[in-house]
Amino acid sequence: MGWFEKKAEKPKIPPAKALWAICPKCKSHMEKSVWKANNCICPKCNYHGRLSARERIAQVADEGTFSEVFREISYSDHLKFHDATGDYKSKVEATIAKLGENESVVTGTCEIAGHRAMLGVMDFSFMGGSLGTGTGERIARACEQAIAERRPLVIFSASGGARMHEGILSLMQMAKTSAAIGRLKEAGLPYISVLTDPTTGGVSASYAMLGDINVTEPRALIGFAGRRVIENTIHQKLPDDFQSAEYLEKHGFIDKIVERRDMKAFIAKMLGYWGF
Amino acid sequence: MATAKTKKETRKTAMDCVKIARDAARPHVRDFIAALCDDFEELHGDRLVNDDAAMVAGFGTAGGFKILVLGHNKGATVEENMASNFGMVNPDGYRKAMRLAKLAERFRNPIVTFVDTPGAYPGREAEERGQAEAIAKSLEFFAGLKTPIVVVVTGEGGSGGALAIAVGDRILMMENAVYSVISPEGCAGILWRDGAKAPEAAEALKITAPDLLKLGAIDEVVKEPAGGAHKNAKAACAAVKKSVLAALKELVKLPPDELVERRYAKIRAYGNFGK
Repeated sequence: MGWFEKKAEKPKIPPAKALWAICPKCKSHMEKSVWKANNCICPKCNYHGRLSARERIAQVADEGTFSEVFREISYSDHLKFHDATGDYKSKVEATIAKLGENESVVTGTCEIAGHRAMLGVMDFSFMGGSLGTGTGERIARACEQAIAERRPLVIFSASGGARMHEGILSLMQMAKTSAAIGRLKEAGLPYISVLTDPTTGGVSASYAMLGDINVTEPRALIGFAGRRVIENTIHQKLPDDFQSAEYLEKHGFIDKIVERRDMKAFIAKMLGYWGF
Repeated sequence: MATAKTKKETRKTAMDCVKIARDAARPHVRDFIAALCDDFEELHGDRLVNDDAAMVAGFGTAGGFKILVLGHNKGATVEENMASNFGMVNPDGYRKAMRLAKLAERFRNPIVTFVDTPGAYPGREAEERGQAEAIAKSLEFFAGLKTPIVVVVTGEGGSGGALAIAVGDRILMMENAVYSVISPEGCAGILWRDGAKAPEAAEALKITAPDLLKLGAIDEVVKEPAGGAHKNAKAACAAVKKSVLAALKELVKLPPDELVERRYAKIRAYGNFGK
């Protein structure tokens, strides 16, 4: 075997994706185990990465207190929607089979450092955390149960916006969730909204921005319109930190940026101030 | 057979409606106001930073009712188009609408809103001044407002920017208007990866008045004159006036608390999950 033939042999290495995590914000590389061990937070830039709804619940609810409600509510294919790549129903069914979740928000009752609460946590991996009719219904019912049981409401948002596959009725969920949150406040209950990376479009323009206090995590993306849409409209380059948690705090739309490890204690402290 | 075929050929596609809904010759908010009101006094400003020309707001008299009118303003001339961002509202516009709606509530003035916008303005200052918060607050605010609200979708009902003044007790929609969670072009760009597939996206999204009536997103379709409102603005405005006044007559009879309860039940039923 000649040297040139030997050179052609490729060493067998596993695909890079399996081993390495790349921070989506600062692009620094690290071993996946490091990323996971650091609770999906970048050790370089402190970007707080995405968590699944179940991971988040485990970090916020006291152990063994979370009791899921409204799991019988799921997506609804009112439009029999299909696009170039197939139909909505098959796509969403595949997502359900893969994730074991049947909507983009998980709702339930729990205790947070001993404080009774109604908790809603969105999962970005479910159709981009989009707001469908099932999502809106779960959140509206969560508000109503919170009123009935005198529980404060805490929602962790993570969403690209309304779910266009459900057409106008997904848009109407913005009205439905906002109306339900209005009732919760009227009933004298507090609502803490935690906008996690990313919270944009129809979700930021409804329940996510309606918190009595709105908090977020370092470097989260929060906004209404997409960066590219804005740049194409105004024909200007936007600052790098545009629509970041820090940018929103500076402009007065976020009460506080809270580190992930402090979030649970922060929520409990606020609920305590209000007597819950 | 022959009639069925002719019918099929002449059926308007969703994209035909999109084109008609965007036609510059369609009546604009000021045309509807002039036809609806015997007198109208426009008021300005959000009392915070700005007066947004994309949102028209003012008090007027219509069929004996003293009302507040709110409406997206695309503008009838090029200068007006520019001044009002083609009807794309900034947060300031939604805050102006809420400020005056609160005043209307205090004096039991019913509210009539005219919806015609491509969407909320996607701009740098719009984001910095809280476009998302302004829309969210509007939805919460109008849902609980203790005065009757009649909504008329007259042209383009563009997503959250439209919905922000479209939460009400009776939702009317003109025959050729469209109302959608996303523009057909935007949807085609994302789901078809090709903006040119907008006609397919428009069909799939079900954005025409008859489709939305079936889905329960609106309450009534207002017929347009033959060929569309742009062919006969006067007749179109008269038809809208008739439906608006009929709706107001019914709604003013309800006590405020019952009105708000009914509105909540209506909003709550979107998506129809029952109990």
